[in-house]
Amino acid sequence: MNDTLLKTIFGRLTLESLPLHEPIVVATFAMVAIGGAGLVAALTYFKVWGYLWNQWFTSVDHKKIGIMYIILAIVMLLRGFSDAIMMRAQQAMAFNGSEGYLTAHHYDQVFTAHGVIMIFFVAMPLVTGLMNYVVPLQIGARDVSFPFLNNFSFWMTAAGAVIVMMSLFIGEFARTGWLAMPPLSGLAYSPDVGVDYYIWALQIAGIGTLLSGVNLVATIVKMRAPGMTMMKMPIFTWTSLCTNILIVAAFPVLTAVLAMLSLDRYIGTAFFTNDSGGNPMMYVNLIWIWGHPEVYILVLPAFGIFSEVTSTFSGKRLFGYSSMVYATLVITILAYLVWLHHFFTMGSGASVNSFFGITTMIISIPTGAKIFNWLFTMYKGRIRFELPMMWTIAFMVTFTIGGMTGVLLAVPPADFVLHNSLFLVAHFHNVIIGGTLFGMFAGINYWFPKAFGFKLNETWGKISFWCWVVGFYFAFMPLYVLGLMGVTRRMRYFDDPNLQIWFVIAAFGAALIAAGIGAFLMQIFVSIRNREKLADLTGDPWNGRTLEWATSSPPPDYNFAFTPIVHDLDAWYDMKERKAVRPVSGFKSIHMPSGTGTGVVLAGLSVAFGFAMIWYIWWLAGLTLVGIFATTIFHTFNYKRDFHIPVEDVIASEDARTRQLATQGA
Amino acid sequence: MTVVTQLSRTKISARKWLVAMPLALLTSGCDWVVMSPSGDIAVQQRDLVLISTGLMLLIIVPVIFLTLFFAFRYRQSNKAAKYEPNWDHSVGLELLIWGVPLLIIIALGALTWTSTHLLDPYRPLGRIKPDTPTLANNVPVGNLVDKQQVGNGANGAGKPLEVQVVALDWKWLFIYPEYGIATVNELAAPVDRPIRFSMTSSSVMNAFYIPALAGMIYTMPGMQTTLNAVINKPGNYEGFSSNYSGAGFSGMRFRFHGVSDAGFDAWINQVKQRGGGLNRASYLQLEKPSEKVPVRYYNAVEPDMFKLVVEQCVQPGKVCMSQMMHGGKGGGDSHAGMAMPGVNGGKGPQDSSERVEGALMKDADQKGSGKHWTAPADIKRDGANSAPGSDANRNHTMLTPSTKPGTRPVANG
Repeated sequence: MNDTLLKTIFGRLTLESLPLHEPIVVATFAMVAIGGAGLVAALTYFKVWGYLWNQWFTSVDHKKIGIMYIILAIVMLLRGFSDAIMMRAQQAMAFNGSEGYLTAHHYDQVFTAHGVIMIFFVAMPLVTGLMNYVVPLQIGARDVSFPFLNNFSFWMTAAGAVIVMMSLFIGEFARTGWLAMPPLSGLAYSPDVGVDYYIWALQIAGIGTLLSGVNLVATIVKMRAPGMTMMKMPIFTWTSLCTNILIVAAFPVLTAVLAMLSLDRYIGTAFFTNDSGGNPMMYVNLIWIWGHPEVYILVLPAFGIFSEVTSTFSGKRLFGYSSMVYATLVITILAYLVWLHHFFTMGSGASVNSFFGITTMIISIPTGAKIFNWLFTMYKGRIRFELPMMWTIAFMVTFTIGGMTGVLLAVPPADFVLHNSLFLVAHFHNVIIGGTLFGMFAGINYWFPKAFGFKLNETWGKISFWCWVVGFYFAFMPLYVLGLMGVTRRMRYFDDPNLQIWFVIAAFGAALIAAGIGAFLMQIFVSIRNREKLADLTGDPWNGRTLEWATSSPPPDYNFAFTPIVHDLDAWYDMKERKAVRPVSGFKSIHMPSGTGTGVVLAGLSVAFGFAMIWYIWWLAGLTLVGIFATTIFHTFNYKRDFHIPVEDVIASEDARTRQLATQGA
Repeated sequence: MTVVTQLSRTKISARKWLVAMPLALLTSGCDWVVMSPSGDIAVQQRDLVLISTGLMLLIIVPVIFLTLFFAFRYRQSNKAAKYEPNWDHSVGLELLIWGVPLLIIIALGALTWTSTHLLDPYRPLGRIKPDTPTLANNVPVGNLVDKQQVGNGANGAGKPLEVQVVALDWKWLFIYPEYGIATVNELAAPVDRPIRFSMTSSSVMNAFYIPALAGMIYTMPGMQTTLNAVINKPGNYEGFSSNYSGAGFSGMRFRFHGVSDAGFDAWINQVKQRGGGLNRASYLQLEKPSEKVPVRYYNAVEPDMFKLVVEQCVQPGKVCMSQMMHGGKGGGDSHAGMAMPGVNGGKGPQDSSERVEGALMKDADQKGSGKHWTAPADIKRDGANSAPGSDANRNHTMLTPSTKPGTRPVANG
């Protein structure tokens, strides 16, 4: 076959694109392939494909989608953390003339992939997953506003993750840093497939994120139980609302800026090129106009979780509910007015820099108020140190330190000496791990019994907790020090042997965190094994305060047989106080949305489309694009979108619950 | 027996480690360069870090303390502590928790506003060090004036030392327009004389950072940024790029010498003795990506070299941005005047052949192979590759510094 024909069929995909000469990647591939084959074989052997397809993949149940988001996040956490360990090992080794074990091309991909995966495919799915699971339950709804859209959003996020994972074995990932700043990410300086993988992974996942944002905003605004006014919404629902408003307003900016970058790369426009009138600074501005709200998208839901957890485990109403709500709103608005603090050093004038520095500091006021509110929720409480509460205390201490270094970086002249240094790296890990990740662990430990009907094992949970917290301090406090020693981020090797000890300590911390992740997986495994013992039959294992604890664990498909009526802020606590009686008769059949495979098909086509664009296989790109539109149009003719759960089924499951509660003496 | 000795050996080495670790930490504590810089600007920035941290600790310390204290005091098992499950509001406390952070932020905001303006990198220096102001025209008062006039000759007097900085892939070019010299990866400046850096980049963004001297500022292609600074103590300091710029980034380091006036003259002379010339052709050669480039000297620099770099028209035949903007040579047609002022330029029709084509425009055979770049490259075969990602550029430099003054450097490979 001649070359032109080959190139037309396969684009720039050749045998050379496979990293066969890279032992680390080949070994990883072998492991993934063997593991994957084993998994497929097991699934086939136990004949669970049908179950998975019917009950999970095509399900539009917000609870199952939420769980799938979290599973995706945990899988990707393993990948993202492997990257982290590789970096820590490289930086701990590469001294005294040694260049470590990673070449520049490998190392640069590793840190880029680490950032992209941790933000887009770990933190985001964790946050979205928990919001998806909890919000409809908290507001007494039976599902989200647009159930199919929810399923589609999840699969688009998963499709983005698939594209990122593909880059590990076919071709390579971007070597540009996680925000792919031009001119480095332009075609002139990154001509190969890495940046294209980056663009298409984020574009496809971004559609999912945006649509799930729209969905949850609509759900919270329109589907609250009667009586639940805005100021009676649980605080987690409030922070979810603000987060999703941020998503709806910020993600289109990311989509637009990546679209412009792809136009530069695919049709030779000059938005961000050095010449022809392009301006790379525009990209930096636009990406941070998305990027800074993104930070709050990640942390606001965690704030919500901490509020719920503190109040529940202190056995007390949340202190200063309304000031908490206003603080959240102020943060939401200010999130859009601070983006320039990410590049004070780009040479803006002093007045511009001080404006953005001061707005950044102002955000610390509502954030500080929140911390105080948690503090005074604990005050005069009866604090039970269950796992979620332990994570909360660890968060309050850790996040405060991260907040302080953040405000420090907001002072422009101070930022001039600390920008792009390991101090900065320590700061944002301090707030993202100490804020978002601790929050997600608190949330997982808190809501796991609701989702699965049994609590998580406490011993392994505590091991995981201590490994994470101590590991975090070991891993990142040295980076603060290194930043003050003038060490820049993204370095692959070092000249000064004095620095090595700090990197060794940081690597030790990373190893502790690895143990923490291992213990977390062990915790889940052990809990599943001992699920009988850990079972929660009451549906309210923590003496909770909000509506999700009013239903059984796990909740029935329809969540609530009757839509609850809300009278007070902590609706479930209020019901318990008033000795509200659970209705046991008068059930009706329940109208529910049906599952559909369209989301999976669209996401699959999107993966193929992204792959074709990345590798310049134009015929496949055209074909899959037509396929995407055709499937979408075809789906609009699907009239079998809903069904009724027959009243007998409702009665059967509610009666079972009545009996179950009776055995508990409730 | 051998097992025992091995065991005791590991014990000893473990003990050694235990002793060595804090020692290593202590000794390395002395070179926290950001905390103990040698230039007045960096010193002021350091002070700002300390003052802001102090201000914030006013609230951070109580918060952390209260968190741990409340957590302990109100634990479930402590029945002695008060329990008020419905207490959730207190106007006084609310005022306090919004008010105190607000006051601190007002203080910090005022500090930010003034310090950002005072330490604006574009602002000519107002002082050389504490208690030593510069004159209005930036010449230090006192005997320093005389010293400078003697030390730096007629050109140097009355002005800050001008240094033009070009960040290349992956090395630094420093041009001293007053002296008509240039260097690669080595910078020197006399102690206590203000320095004014004008900075740009040839290809991608970098940041120019000498922690001992002053905070970093980005260097960007097609644009010019400025940094004013002064070094107060003689010494050999480290400088580097602090913004990731591709494969050779980690090696993009240089030395910055703070020297006496006499030492500076000697250094200038040394450069003049040993260097070759820097003209358009040798610049284009130098511009090609290379890593870990040793120090190079140039004893003559083509006039306006820096301007050509900023305007991206070093290559003969390329139209400079300022000319594009004024509708000069570049167009000749109606499009020429369309490039907007403020954006960084346009291109004339004559260099359209150079433009990077979008992927969709490419013919099948131009798609390339999308090969996996971590593949070990054959350096000899590939030579100095101009593709920035190329492995051919690793661990070697294609330029040998010329040994005789006045001769052009030769390219290897």
